[in-house]
Amino acid sequence: MSEQTTEHPLHFRPDEAFRARAKAVVDSPFLRQSFRGAMDFLMSKRAAQFPDADELETLRSLGEQIRQYNLSRLPDLLLQLETRLTANGVKVHWAETPDDANAIILGIIQGHGATKMVKGKSMVSEEIELNHAAEAAGIEALESDMGEYIVQLAGEKPSHIIMPAIHKTKEEIARLFAEKVPGVDYTDNVDALIQIGRNVLRRKFLEAEIGLSGVNFAVAETGTLCLVENEGNGRMCTTAPGIHIAITGIEKIVEKLEHVPPLYSLLTRSATGQNISTYFNMISSPRKPGEKDGPEEVHLVLLDNGRSQAYADEQLRKTLQCIRCGACMNHCPVYTRIGGHAYGTTYPGPIGKIISPHMLGLDGTSGLVTASSLCGACGEVCPVKIPIPELLIRLRSEAFAEPPGHAGKPSAMRDQGAGYSPLQAAIWRGWAAVYSTPALYRAVSWLGSRLRALTPRRQGGWTSVRTPLQPAPQRLRDLMKQRH
Amino acid sequence: MLPSVARPTDVYFFATCVVDQFFPTAGIDAITLLERQGIRVHFPEDQTCCGQPAYSSGFPDEARKVAARQLTLFPNDWPIVVPSGSCAGMMKHHYPTLFADDPVRKPLAESLSSRVWELTRFLVDVLAFSPEDCGTDCTVVLHTSCSARREMGVHLSGRQLLGGLRHVTVAQQDHESECCGFGGTFSVKQPEISAAMVEDKVKALKATGAERVVSADCGCLLNILGHAAWQDEQAGRPPSLPGEHIASFLLRRTGGAQ
Repeated sequence: MSEQTTEHPLHFRPDEAFRARAKAVVDSPFLRQSFRGAMDFLMSKRAAQFPDADELETLRSLGEQIRQYNLSRLPDLLLQLETRLTANGVKVHWAETPDDANAIILGIIQGHGATKMVKGKSMVSEEIELNHAAEAAGIEALESDMGEYIVQLAGEKPSHIIMPAIHKTKEEIARLFAEKVPGVDYTDNVDALIQIGRNVLRRKFLEAEIGLSGVNFAVAETGTLCLVENEGNGRMCTTAPGIHIAITGIEKIVEKLEHVPPLYSLLTRSATGQNISTYFNMISSPRKPGEKDGPEEVHLVLLDNGRSQAYADEQLRKTLQCIRCGACMNHCPVYTRIGGHAYGTTYPGPIGKIISPHMLGLDGTSGLVTASSLCGACGEVCPVKIPIPELLIRLRSEAFAEPPGHAGKPSAMRDQGAGYSPLQAAIWRGWAAVYSTPALYRAVSWLGSRLRALTPRRQGGWTSVRTPLQPAPQRLRDLMKQRH
Repeated sequence: MLPSVARPTDVYFFATCVVDQFFPTAGIDAITLLERQGIRVHFPEDQTCCGQPAYSSGFPDEARKVAARQLTLFPNDWPIVVPSGSCAGMMKHHYPTLFADDPVRKPLAESLSSRVWELTRFLVDVLAFSPEDCGTDCTVVLHTSCSARREMGVHLSGRQLLGGLRHVTVAQQDHESECCGFGGTFSVKQPEISAAMVEDKVKALKATGAERVVSADCGCLLNILGHAAWQDEQAGRPPSLPGEHIASFLLRRTGGAQ
């Protein structure tokens, strides 16, 4: 359904051709209808999980507080997590960049002379383009989440953080399987398709030496990695192969085990409208003597990749509250119109727009932050109350500010001022001059109404689908004078 | 609903730049509605714009400059009524943040913020507005702006006002709570996405069969009516979706200026 880029995202500039990619989707009635249907379905599933507005509000506040509390103690908690995990026999690795993370993971794999890896669903592994790096190193990396498997077979990237293949119809998947899976005939029966995928994956679980997974919550006090999933593939990846490598962003940490249940409940209900997921895995150590299963070795890779930049700023830190439920994209009128691939980032939708500038820099993402009407639907449904519209406004100001070195205010943001345009800045300065000087405003608005016949017929993007904006013949202040 | 605050004798009216320049009748009708309720309405001549266009576009310094000029226009302790959820939201929720570091303007911003009322909310909650409906049977559809709904939480007021009109049926559009695609500079910076949103919005509004759309936000109306009119122009047909500010509709239904 969507054109895929073959560029390496680590060097990718999502802005380039963003509008063209978005336009390609909005111009397709089929895609529009298909995304609309999928998002409507997800929205209604979530709504059914929260019938009581007060309960939802209470839970959201609780979720927000838990996330904010844990973020406020993040440096300490990371050290505590490392200490606990190490004591439990889990090896902890720190990665500042995607390249660092890939080097660590490939180093572990190659150190064991391994060549086959099965992967549970992990957006952080997408973020570092692990599959790309593994392939380059001659290591087979097979996605075992059904959606991820489909996307990988198609040579694409996920278009949604929870439902990676939501952009694909069952007919497309049927054609894909018939073409790419040996010995499979075309069938668009969904159960049959899932069975085909499962048969392939089942063999791979037994063959793979390495299992890779993400982490939903890392519990510092116990040294426990929690993994939420529905297909059982996460459990297979973390128990069948001899070596389990988990990777996560540094923000996914909570201090106490008791912090997990409220977040877990918010996560599944917000994401897929499930009361609870089919599987919930808690991994605290490698296989212990006498145990019959589990990996002999467990590693955790903690990735920064721009998160500490967001962390350093009190307001931007709220970005890191995210528990990756995807509700913001499901409810976003922009995501619903353009789908996930158009964004060109690992994380699409509203959360993608506020987290990607930290991962990739504003140079290349400053256009993305304008792709929001600030309608607030994302902030309204966010289970941990991230004020996404407010953060978008902040990122716009960071993007359009005069770059440091001139009059700009220095900022913690990488590439501050990347979207700076002297013309745009001059327009706003002129606007402010007029609107902050009542006499000037009166003169300009009077002229506008007098010369309304001269209003341009073409007004940039506005008139592409709208009649021109034309001032009224008389302003309100003129009408006011006439009545008295 | 019982009035939750004391009924004032005087109010300030902050018209917004969009109403002043593009929808002046909405302003005059809102003022007339208030006056008909026995309220003295004051219109500070020096008002211009709340500053939101610059603020939401990422130009806080320019927004602050414009907002600062509005802060001193409302010296008396009267409510400030704004016929727009979006501009009211800016003044109520963002002024205090905008001036948080300015020891002189901060108290002014906070005082102003605490007195800002979105028009429909003011009519319902403070004036308990419920006059006789003098019109004939008609069906309208109500579009509520995202700021009115999510920032100001006043989405029920418009519905309540229309619900009080005996001969008016309020149609329910598909995806009612979804944005119309205006978003200020969004409509110019991302015209393709904005176009898709307003196209869907107009389709949903028209599908109700309502004879007109009313809204308490003129920004959305510029977008929705502008697109509907553009479609009509393209198709060479007469206007197919008239619309107006809810104040104009209410005034006409309830006996006009009298």
